[in-house]
Amino acid sequence: MSVQPRTDEVNIDLTAPGETAPPSTGVGVLAGYMRDYATRVRGGETGSIPAVLGLLVLVIFFAIVHQGFLSAYNVEALIVQAAPIIVMAMGLVFVLLLGEIDLSAGTTGGMCAAIMAILLGRQHFSWPVSVVAGIVTGVVIGFATGWLRAKVGIPSFVITLATFLGFQGITLILIGGQGSIGVRNDVIIALEGLNSKFVPIWAGWALLVVIVVGYAMLKLHDSYARRRDGLPAVPTVATLAKTVAIAVLGAIFVYVMGLDRTLIHNAFFKNAARGMPWSVVMIALLFVGLNFVLGRTRYGRHVYAVGGNEEAARRGGIEVNKVRISVFVICSTLAALSGITAASELESVQSNAGAQNTLLLAVGAAVIGGTSLFGGRGRMIDAILGGLVVAVIQNGMSALISGANSAGWEWIVTGLVLLLAAGFDAVARRVGSTT
Amino acid sequence: MTAQASAAPPALALRGIDKSFGPVHVLQSVDFVARAGEVTALVGDNGAGKTTLVKCIGGSYSTDHGEILFEGKPVAVHNPRDAAALGIEIVYQDLALCNNLDIVQNMFLGRERVSGLRTLDENSMEKAAIATLESLSVRTVRSVRQLVASLSGGQRQTVAIAKSVLWQSKVVILDEPTAALGVAQTAQVLDLVRRLADQGVAVILISHNMNDVLKVADHIAVLFLGRMAAQVKRADVTHTQVVELITSGRSGDLGLSPTEASGAVV
Repeated sequence: MSVQPRTDEVNIDLTAPGETAPPSTGVGVLAGYMRDYATRVRGGETGSIPAVLGLLVLVIFFAIVHQGFLSAYNVEALIVQAAPIIVMAMGLVFVLLLGEIDLSAGTTGGMCAAIMAILLGRQHFSWPVSVVAGIVTGVVIGFATGWLRAKVGIPSFVITLATFLGFQGITLILIGGQGSIGVRNDVIIALEGLNSKFVPIWAGWALLVVIVVGYAMLKLHDSYARRRDGLPAVPTVATLAKTVAIAVLGAIFVYVMGLDRTLIHNAFFKNAARGMPWSVVMIALLFVGLNFVLGRTRYGRHVYAVGGNEEAARRGGIEVNKVRISVFVICSTLAALSGITAASELESVQSNAGAQNTLLLAVGAAVIGGTSLFGGRGRMIDAILGGLVVAVIQNGMSALISGANSAGWEWIVTGLVLLLAAGFDAVARRVGSTT
Repeated sequence: MTAQASAAPPALALRGIDKSFGPVHVLQSVDFVARAGEVTALVGDNGAGKTTLVKCIGGSYSTDHGEILFEGKPVAVHNPRDAAALGIEIVYQDLALCNNLDIVQNMFLGRERVSGLRTLDENSMEKAAIATLESLSVRTVRSVRQLVASLSGGQRQTVAIAKSVLWQSKVVILDEPTAALGVAQTAQVLDLVRRLADQGVAVILISHNMNDVLKVADHIAVLFLGRMAAQVKRADVTHTQVVELITSGRSGDLGLSPTEASGAVV
């Protein structure tokens, strides 16, 4: 007796992948694409849907209860508020992807901003030197944290809890008795538009065109290459629909940012405030660059792999420790940039810069956007959407509830939203797994 | 089994492997052969030394005595990387897959292809993954872009095994591949094991399930208390004989001598 007969009949699902090269357009393909998408969503891969819905609901709610919420003036204030949160959340996504946490991102940003402000204000260095010094400090901090985590083996929660406190102390000592140090440099405060220096209107439109055309070209090229290789591709209609959606939303944004936001017009105050803050350009550049790194490079793939299953990554030959150190470096570097952005917003660095709820808001932004606290799931768009949600809540609540308890309510609502997002994350994770 | 396969040197041969942990002799002069194109089952009771033997082959443990011959040539395997370089792949029970990545990404984990500009060459990887799965007649996955989290236990096993085919491993060791699977999925995986061997791979199947072993193996090697009780052709033995070899080290004139089988140190 030799081997038993084959048991081919037990194979259940007989559609081989890529069996038929699908045509580029057509109702059937689009329907199939939508069906696949629905299946993925039901399987827990909800992507940006919850964050977008949440943002929509919040914006509609605040627009109804608070007139002027969608005014050009307030939208600009909202963007300025969101910018430092988004930048910090972008860095935290990398750390969260590995299932780690950086509790010190806020105070790291504060300390780096303080170093920049001191070099600029007290030592009279030029702004590029000061900014680079602040950012390099962030790089060094990230490297030290990553080394302690990967090589020494201290849990990141503990390391960064220690540095959270330590950096707060350093900032306090650096700034000294005055309680704050001013940032007067024109270039730095222009980042958040405080000296009424905004991106020119034409440049805003040009940026939008570059983004929309670039997005469409990239996606269409991807689909074209997949079809050429006989692989199933995203239907052209779906790509075009997404492109149009981005173009319309972007156009509304650029148009609103182009309106004059000046509240007072008189003979002495003629400067019109028009155009988007430069921080939008910075975030757009960061988004494109980091998205590329995460989505299209081996390094990005390895970050996801280590976050998904460290042992599998190690057996696959990935240098887990290097990846682990690198995410802390990225996080602290972006935290430094975030601190500088916040300094631009305030025109100063406070002695408690980056303390209090700075870090929590950024972690909240990443999680609300759809990044998992358990590692392995997260994207750059999460930071942007989540950061906007957090800023909308802050902005809307502060206008809605005035009086002695307003700050309290704002904290309570932000805490509830964070809890809701984390709960959603945990549930989505359970739904998506078959084991 | 073909005549050609018997004539060529075996893909993997172990001669007189000794391994002890302190005073405990876990393996005593173990001989073992795995031929290309065949499924060699490695069976034995708990504590017989199966895992230790596999770890010696995979380079996780060093051997005290004895030699490992790969395609007829003696080789030194000091660490898992040496084993991988030779083309020895171990598919562990826990499979080592990333749930948050899809099938293609898992099959190329750590060995991603890049095109110009150092960007990931997704299409070429996806095509290679599809071709590999097709060569194994795998039809149970809907799309190779599915996340591994959404796959069943059998499908995960399939992905792990297909990975070894993709990387053209010459010796593939499967550690209890059907342990956690249902009836239909077990049949699928055994079918896959057979096809893997048909592609010219030397498959070593570790299993507790006698039905699986008898169904799919060409040769059966039985470990008993750290000794190789017998390595026999599947066709020459019955279920009862294999069970006797596992439980007592001997069966009729097969297996260890009565003194050896009693566990005495010879």
